[in-house]
Amino acid sequence: MSNPLRGVIVSHAAVAKALIAAVENITGVSDAFVPVSNDGCDRDALFRMLAEAVGDSPAVLFIDLPGGSCLTGAVSYARGRPELAVVTGVNLAMLLDFVFHRDLAPLAAAQRAAAAGSRAIRTPAA
Amino acid sequence: MSIKLFRIDDRLIHGQVVVGWGQPLHVGFIVLVDDAVRASPVEQELYRMGVPPHIDVIFASLAEAVAQLPEWDADPRPGIVLAGDIATLAALTENCHRVTRINVGGIHARPGRSERLRFVFLSDAEVEQLQRLAARGVEVTAQDVPTARPVPLAEFT
Repeated sequence: MSNPLRGVIVSHAAVAKALIAAVENITGVSDAFVPVSNDGCDRDALFRMLAEAVGDSPAVLFIDLPGGSCLTGAVSYARGRPELAVVTGVNLAMLLDFVFHRDLAPLAAAQRAAAAGSRAIRTPAA
Repeated sequence: MSIKLFRIDDRLIHGQVVVGWGQPLHVGFIVLVDDAVRASPVEQELYRMGVPPHIDVIFASLAEAVAQLPEWDADPRPGIVLAGDIATLAALTENCHRVTRINVGGIHARPGRSERLRFVFLSDAEVEQLQRLAARGVEVTAQDVPTARPVPLAEFT
């Protein structure tokens, strides 16, 4: 059996670390994600951090915003690498789904996580 | 004057530009002056993704920016002109007297640079470039977001 997918969360400030802490708190899984912050990074520095975070594993890159330096860096890094897939608009619900579906191929896991994240956005009556 | 901000930011179009400055300035367009991005439709698509549809994004080479700046400046909508490095905005300034103020918004750490502010790292050569701009009468300040204090050049070089 191959190794499970790695999740790399790429965010502004400490959002990625906070999300990973929440995932661990809820699921008890502590090795599914690696955080990357764009703090103090230009594009080259972000590339180096992404390379370090991804390593040799197939991975899904979860990005906080659907635009901006985290996304442009991640998409540029992932271009031409079929072992990587990118999802924007990261939220806790999609990460929780991903934790338990890391046996999928990167693109399938990314699409599944995106759907789970979308379903979690609601406006319930107060 | 339609151009409200001439900014140097090595992250190019990102949250601080689109939201941090774009919202309070009510910008209608952003010009990214970058020869490499101008030549890459894929890169342009990426940068467009982070910009709301009511804001036009114009990708220009340096030569195009020199030629079209008067036209952008006559646009009734407020706008931002953005470059990723000092040299590009310095060249634009040399070729156009309309640039009187430059905002240093983000120049990050690289070998050969030292920290001047939390968001500004400069080599000695880059300091000289900024000082030459100031000597020509361009007001140079560092300010990442509008709510921060604009730091005069002398305070961070």
